[in-house]
Amino acid sequence: MHIHRLEKVWLIIGVVMLFIFLGVLGIGAFAMGMQPPTGDHTIDPEKVSETYPFNNPGLEQIGDNEYNAYMIAYAFGFTPAKMEIPLGAKVHFQVTSPDVIHGFQITGTTVNLMAVPGEVNHYTYTFDKPGEYLVLCNEYCGAGHEYMATTIIVK
Amino acid sequence: MTATAIQASAADNRPFDAKDGKLVIAHLLVAFTALLIGGIAGLLQGLVRGGVIELPSELGYYQILTAHGVLMALIFTTFFIIGFLYAGISKTMGGKLIGVVNRMGWAGFVLMTIGTILGTIMILANEATVLYTFYAPLKANPFFYIALVFVVVGSWLAGFGIFTQYRYWRKTNKGKISPLFGFMAVSTMLLWQIATIGVAITVLFQFIPWSFGWVEKINVMISRTLFWYFGHPLVYFWLMPAYIAWYVCIPKIIGGKLFSDSMARMAFVLFILLSVPVGFHHQLMEPGIAPIWKYIQVILTFMVVVPSLMTAFAMFATFEQTGRAKGARGLFGWLKKLPWGDVRFFAPFAGMLVFIPAGAGGIINASNQMNALVHNTLWVTGHFHLTVATTVALTFFGVAYWLIPHVLGRQLTPKVNKLGIIQTIIWLIGMLFMSAAMHTSGIMGAPRRTAFTTYGDHPDSVLWMPYYVVMAISGTILFIGVILMCYNIIALMRAPKGDANTVAEFPIAEKADAAEPTPRWLERWGVWVGLVIVVVLFAYSIPFGDMLINPAPGSKPWVTW
Repeated sequence: MHIHRLEKVWLIIGVVMLFIFLGVLGIGAFAMGMQPPTGDHTIDPEKVSETYPFNNPGLEQIGDNEYNAYMIAYAFGFTPAKMEIPLGAKVHFQVTSPDVIHGFQITGTTVNLMAVPGEVNHYTYTFDKPGEYLVLCNEYCGAGHEYMATTIIVK
Repeated sequence: MTATAIQASAADNRPFDAKDGKLVIAHLLVAFTALLIGGIAGLLQGLVRGGVIELPSELGYYQILTAHGVLMALIFTTFFIIGFLYAGISKTMGGKLIGVVNRMGWAGFVLMTIGTILGTIMILANEATVLYTFYAPLKANPFFYIALVFVVVGSWLAGFGIFTQYRYWRKTNKGKISPLFGFMAVSTMLLWQIATIGVAITVLFQFIPWSFGWVEKINVMISRTLFWYFGHPLVYFWLMPAYIAWYVCIPKIIGGKLFSDSMARMAFVLFILLSVPVGFHHQLMEPGIAPIWKYIQVILTFMVVVPSLMTAFAMFATFEQTGRAKGARGLFGWLKKLPWGDVRFFAPFAGMLVFIPAGAGGIINASNQMNALVHNTLWVTGHFHLTVATTVALTFFGVAYWLIPHVLGRQLTPKVNKLGIIQTIIWLIGMLFMSAAMHTSGIMGAPRRTAFTTYGDHPDSVLWMPYYVVMAISGTILFIGVILMCYNIIALMRAPKGDANTVAEFPIAEKADAAEPTPRWLERWGVWVGLVIVVVLFAYSIPFGDMLINPAPGSKPWVTW
């Protein structure tokens, strides 16, 4: 099958660029710890509020300015609401839902994960900048979806 | 453009078969009716989010959003595609559909239309306000899922019809390479059959029993993974017919030839192989899928960029070769030789140009951890309004301008051609402003699929409002574009009849290098299907197997609207 010389050049340039992008992403994810949210952690959605760690939602200090944050996304709010986090804290979020799928997005950060009933999603973020961050649900969840929000206060 | 009607070419002057013509027109009329109703929904959405209007209490934002998604991204697309493909296989593979194929086409049309009507009733009755992705454990009325089954099974019948006509052509033309349109139509429907297996399994074995109450719980991650196994190749089901118009029809329209028949077929084979094993790039922010498998499917996603790179090269090579053959000189002189005033070229070309930012955005979206910055934001909505709602839609509109009159034995008049150019410009202006506002507000965090809100006047949210206003204005411009397109469709249906010289032609390109043989192995469908199975098993069996073997607890139904 004859391929025009210029087409070969074009495709080689394109594929090389794609592999460079994949390399950057792969190194970022696997060598520098910048993985997408993930979770190998299941939970019965009907028993969320009785099941560890969601029986005690909120921050749990596990180290020097390092915390686990156990949060529940439900129709139509987040528990705990208006959480306060110390500046510079490294926070390991664990989020689930007792009802439908919700989004958990903290605008202005890389925190953007899906809260899926039956599963717990995990993501780590360090809050380097103070402020009152908007936390909103970005996955359609019903009639109150556009009201489903809270804030996280970092100071 | 001359003052007379767009000239037919003597070679393509066989009148289109009248019986087949009815089948084609039926599909196109449903498609454009869906565009109109979906367009009304879109207009209302833009005005609500922009704070311009409030909906009456009988109508919910999310209901309208469900209607918009289903009618535009499922009904308009599928009906247009099947109508276009049937027209092309009738034209190029025998001049007439054989009896059983015509009947399969109609059977498919009837099933799909019943499904469309049933689904629309469910949505308007607020029984299925689950959006067009209908994620569990949101539970719609079971008849919504049954409606989807009708649409998909109808499309399967349509696909089998296309395969049957293809087999008939090959039997009666032994030793010949299949016509390019036929090869590409078969590729498209083959991909569709493979892709819809996923959504069929989840709807038939999960959603329907669960929504009727025969089964208590549904495994959410399994249903999502089956849906997105389908949801990504769905977009190639939309794109491939647009590429058919670009490869097969556009060169003829501009007075040139097809750059490379073999590479065009190769591109379609690559789409069959690489469109399916990539669904995880729609699930990058979800739990329950190991990071390595997300990344592997990201690699495969980036590979499916290659056939689009091939297509981009082929298009511009065709333009340049055609221009130079017409005497153009200099690096870009060939641009002046293109028929800018011919809507049959201008609309699809606008679609091609928009695919540059559209495709680039797609690569960004699939970029593994970077997806966190755009997931579920309006950025994604901006992306697909460029890809399907501009590239694919404008190409389909451009095709309609010759397909409808050709099939009815009528002319594409200079007046309708001019209205088509205007409609294309209106659409471009509306889409470019709307999509720019969506991309910008999205990267600032603005969520998609969300009704009017200011999140308690939070400063981040207040910053998004000006973009929503731009979306309201450009959405209104687009609605004017929808109305004009519907007017043009009616005008095309009622155009003056043509004779052998004035009937709108069905443009079919000849190969540029008639001597270059197309390799026969491109048509070894068994090999391609076998390879798809291998790649899909590779990309999915471990992560999906894990969901089956270690299932998360299931969910009961929720009706939260």
